[in-house]
Amino acid sequence: MSEYALELSNLSRHFYLKNGAFKEPTLLKAVDGISLRIRPGETLGLVGESGCGKSTLAKMILGLLEPTNGDVLINDKARGSSSRLSMSRQLQPIFQDPYSSLNPRKTIEQIIRLPLQLHKIGDAKSQQKAVKDISDLVGLPERLLKNYPGQLSGGQRQRVAIARALILKPSILVCDEPTSALDVSVQAQILNLLMDLKKELGLTYLFISHNLGVVEHLVDRVAVMYRGKIVEQGTREQIFQNAQHPYTQALLSSVLTPEPALGLPEVLDSSTWDKAS
Amino acid sequence: MKRILDVKNLQVSLPTPNGDLRAVRGIDLHVNKGEMLCIVGESGCGKSMTSMALMGLLPKRAEVTADAMQFDGMDLLSLSKKERNQVRGMRMSMIFQEPMTSLNPSYTLGNQLCEGIIKHKKVSKDEAKKRAVYLLECAGVPYPEKRLDQYPHQLSGGLRQRVMIAMALMCEPDLIIADEPTTALDVTIQAQILRLIRELQQEFGTAVIFITHDLGVVARIADRVAVMYAGQVVETASAQDLFSDPQHPYTKGLLNCIPVPGKTLPGSHLESIPGVVPSLIGELKGCAFENRCSVSIGECCYRSPSLENHLGSEDHQVRCSIATASSFREAV
Repeated sequence: MSEYALELSNLSRHFYLKNGAFKEPTLLKAVDGISLRIRPGETLGLVGESGCGKSTLAKMILGLLEPTNGDVLINDKARGSSSRLSMSRQLQPIFQDPYSSLNPRKTIEQIIRLPLQLHKIGDAKSQQKAVKDISDLVGLPERLLKNYPGQLSGGQRQRVAIARALILKPSILVCDEPTSALDVSVQAQILNLLMDLKKELGLTYLFISHNLGVVEHLVDRVAVMYRGKIVEQGTREQIFQNAQHPYTQALLSSVLTPEPALGLPEVLDSSTWDKAS
Repeated sequence: MKRILDVKNLQVSLPTPNGDLRAVRGIDLHVNKGEMLCIVGESGCGKSMTSMALMGLLPKRAEVTADAMQFDGMDLLSLSKKERNQVRGMRMSMIFQEPMTSLNPSYTLGNQLCEGIIKHKKVSKDEAKKRAVYLLECAGVPYPEKRLDQYPHQLSGGLRQRVMIAMALMCEPDLIIADEPTTALDVTIQAQILRLIRELQQEFGTAVIFITHDLGVVARIADRVAVMYAGQVVETASAQDLFSDPQHPYTKGLLNCIPVPGKTLPGSHLESIPGVVPSLIGELKGCAFENRCSVSIGECCYRSPSLENHLGSEDHQVRCSIATASSFREAV
């Protein structure tokens, strides 16, 4: 077994923003030299504001975007060295919006089964059985398999997305805000499911979220990203009880828990943490 | 306390091919002058429909009825279209959810900020601009004079939402309806914007109806809270009472679903509410929450509970036969 399930070494992605035909393009360092390691079976939470490069990072890990610099190592193998097909057996995504990430013209069964067909695993009969088993595992009733995504609720759709991600038996899941489009009562169901699956299948998660309450509940370690860089990382206790970086402190102080007596938090000006990073 | 808005038995229904979708099923609401009322509920519970009905922004095919819809002594439903337009914008205004899409990309911010006040209050362009600059400054927008000539795409999401807030305040309205104004924003910006809304509300004495699905936000800013489920108000109370002593099983369920840093044990099984929201097409038989409720009894299937006072207090009302029965026992 490899020491790290997922290792990012000095990963960067730069974009050039056009400023019209005659001006120099501006350089945008969306992801700027990020190194991260996740051990097998560990859950790493990645938090940060919108536009800080979280999703660019996820895309590079998934092989949807070429890095400008640096490497992504999956189970000790460089992402670039093997084909996307073989990498996708080890690493699968769960996207934010279950309303747009499922093909509306395919039945649920077809959606969950597609990865097996692409990878030419098993015959029709065994594929059907695999779809049924995985739907059981994620708590999707069998009667829904013949339905279309439009007939399902948000929580059910996210279960479909999870089933589709798990059918190739990957060891790592990249979850990009998997519950932010869901209602709180449904969010709790999906979080419970993710925790159960982790225990049952020994999965490794990279959990990207801006909801710190959810992150605290789910993850072992936290990395805080700001303007393309990791400004602080540590275990859950280190980050949530003893944050050092002013940006992390500001993030934590803006979490609104349902306690009316506390009132609204005083939020520092962004210049404080700009200076520190 | 003077009531600025008093709504009795508001109903909204929309025709669909499968029958009438009754999105709002008899809501009683009131807002006092200078008060912050939060309406909280999950998607599809009718909270946005309620706000659109109050503003008179629903499409023509939507059927809006109410026993009363009094705004500062005026009956909103009997106003002509012209009079309604006068009220909307001048005395009631709205902050929408998406600062990215609710500003017109082809007009300057100055143009959009001043449009309403010039139309409603017959002020000169210069006066309107002066007020716009003043309010942008109140809303914490840096370089307010410069912003008037800028277009929405030149601003970040947080700044755009500040512009929307300034715009809502242009005509000094008595009531602002804010429909999920911070959902699209980052947490640090959200805290700033909530603070801003609270401060401006207290400074100008405006009443605010704040619509959200986030109980954390509700707890921190609300004076009073109305919890909605399936087109009805199921519980209403002061923020203090609602969070310390929730009565309706739905409210209790919602509060238990949220992992709270420092309170919920990390990695523990979260409580959730099983099942899904019932379809709002046609009549609902019995209590709308019955199929997802953990304490329901046989009677709940066919008897629709009404909104009853909890422990005899009009300030805390709950729509649940079981909670009412136990509250009655306690009182006796």
